[in-house]
Amino acid sequence: MPRSAAPGLLIAFAVLVAGLLLAFTVGRYPVGLGDLLNVVAAKLTGQAAEAPAAVENVIWQVRGPRVLAATLVGAALAVAGTAFQGLFRNPLVSPDLLGASSGAALGAVLGIYFSLGVFAIQAFAFAGGLVAVAAVYLIGSAVRARDPILVLVLTGVVIGSLLGAGVGLVKYLADPYNQLPAMTFWLLGSLAATSVADLVPLFGPVALGTLVLVALRWRMNVMSLPDEEARALGLPTGPLRIVIVAAATLVTSASVATAGIIGWVGLVVPHIARTLVGPDFARLIPAAALLGGGFLLVIDTLARTMAPIEIPLGILTALVGTPFFIWLLASVSKTWS
Amino acid sequence: MLTDRRTLIAGLTATLLAPRLAFAATVTDAAGRAVPIPDKVERVFPAGPPAAILLYTLAPDLLLGWPRANRPEECVYMLPDICTRPEIGRITGRGNTANLEVVLARKPDIILDVGSTSATFVSLAARVQEQTGIPYALLDGRFDAIAPTYRKLGELTHRQTAAEALARYADETMATIKAGVEKISEGRRPRVYYARGPRGLETGLGGSINVETIDFLGAHNVAAERKGGLAIVSVEQVLLWNPDVIVTIDRDFAANVRTDPVWAQVSAVRAGRVHLSPKMPFGWVDFPPSVNRLIGLWWLAKILYPEQFPEDIGVLTHDFYRRFYHVTPTDAQIEHVLAGRD
Repeated sequence: MPRSAAPGLLIAFAVLVAGLLLAFTVGRYPVGLGDLLNVVAAKLTGQAAEAPAAVENVIWQVRGPRVLAATLVGAALAVAGTAFQGLFRNPLVSPDLLGASSGAALGAVLGIYFSLGVFAIQAFAFAGGLVAVAAVYLIGSAVRARDPILVLVLTGVVIGSLLGAGVGLVKYLADPYNQLPAMTFWLLGSLAATSVADLVPLFGPVALGTLVLVALRWRMNVMSLPDEEARALGLPTGPLRIVIVAAATLVTSASVATAGIIGWVGLVVPHIARTLVGPDFARLIPAAALLGGGFLLVIDTLARTMAPIEIPLGILTALVGTPFFIWLLASVSKTWS
Repeated sequence: MLTDRRTLIAGLTATLLAPRLAFAATVTDAAGRAVPIPDKVERVFPAGPPAAILLYTLAPDLLLGWPRANRPEECVYMLPDICTRPEIGRITGRGNTANLEVVLARKPDIILDVGSTSATFVSLAARVQEQTGIPYALLDGRFDAIAPTYRKLGELTHRQTAAEALARYADETMATIKAGVEKISEGRRPRVYYARGPRGLETGLGGSINVETIDFLGAHNVAAERKGGLAIVSVEQVLLWNPDVIVTIDRDFAANVRTDPVWAQVSAVRAGRVHLSPKMPFGWVDFPPSVNRLIGLWWLAKILYPEQFPEDIGVLTHDFYRRFYHVTPTDAQIEHVLAGRD
């Protein structure tokens, strides 16, 4: 039964706007709503703001970049999760299925181990995610099997655990006083250190990957069918799968490189999006992006305001995601019987 | 049944090792355990970096090796033949990288551990001693316990005279600095932010070992409202705290903070009071938590209260490195150390 996408998308949009408002107005540094409006209005009209320079600085240099980064990372993970759940025809799949997160984690801990600078660590993480997924794909395709998707998933699991062992090894060898805490913090996920300079390397890959997925929306609908049916409809499933995986990986790796490991967003948000707008990827991708951005904005606002010290994002998303996942398992198992 | 077997093994080990060890006396370690000490102590296995550094300063010849191999640039500030001794792993801490068989193969006369004397480490000491039959002494690693720890280490290694000299230096340094700090009124004590990590957003919370010397100096750690160890904070929170002084161990952060528009608002940055800690051969502020922090105390005292402590840090460094690290650094080397370079 087709239904109108408009209300669902509107709700998703409202969630993002509410998230943005909340994230901009709440924070450790007191910024009044008046000051906020004044600073934003001044920027728009090109006049000098009446608010103190410190407040202006917090809004444009500290909170602004962080809010944008949270939106981008949340949207990216949700979009990648949506693409993967469709591609693998499985509602329990998340964007790190093919090893993007574990590869990025290994890249980042190696960067910390070699005492590199911030941007080099992020570049290592980004490259690690891409290399890991490429390796999984190559190995998975080299194995001749009747069910290529299953082989791909299993290769992802196996390589993921190998990379996890690599992370463990680097942590074990690391200097316990300086490097180990840095690695632990990175693996828990945080946007605490986001600055304006972080936004470009995040925005580029996320925008590119998302655009590719949006462009493929109709084909992704067909790809959700079993392989033989999709091929019968004249779709080159092999090359398409590579493009979709590459786009989702680009998006995931860029967000993991910026924010560290943040689980659950890519698993939970696509489901909420699907209940709002239905399974059509043309609406599902924008809805997931809007909801993912709004969701991570709320989570990140909690992370930076609940205490003087930061609460790792990975911990907060797990607190929210676990009950949801259990509920999901319960409802999925009903349809299995 | 299990305990039976363990007692049996312990008994056997003790019998096998007994001919080699002649115990002269027992020394009570910082955890209150009576540790039997052989007549001759010639080989000591350090359980972790703090123990290795402490032992190196008192009796470098006894040190069997280092928990982690030193880098060549660190060996400039140590006795070269001791500095290059092999990597032997560590027994305590998060990663137990030393295999007990390797420990036994090194034939140490005693195992030395310096650090926490909490139940975890006391039971670890007891277990390793039981398994290996080698006396395992656990000494207090807290900063203000450096002097008593030296005296205890002197007893353990039969080097009381040398230990007394180092203990006295520690006592005098702490007493001098404490007396100076007491003259400073509460209002003139700066609010300090301790920055770690390349972005400067890792910090030591109240009561953490990282800020032990900052606390000792009576300064206010801005992150002290929460108790704990290391944590991440946001830039917004640092702006809110607006510390008067920033002490950091990260070179990248120290280099970038002056040009960063966000950090530029912080009082400490505006006033030019961001200080990069020296780290050669061992860090001066927090890690490893051993006697290396003693010269760091002078450095911090001068940073926090420049008028109160006019002493020349170059002279102090030279003196400390001669007494504790057994080297006489050149002026250029001291300058290199003080600049916080690797």
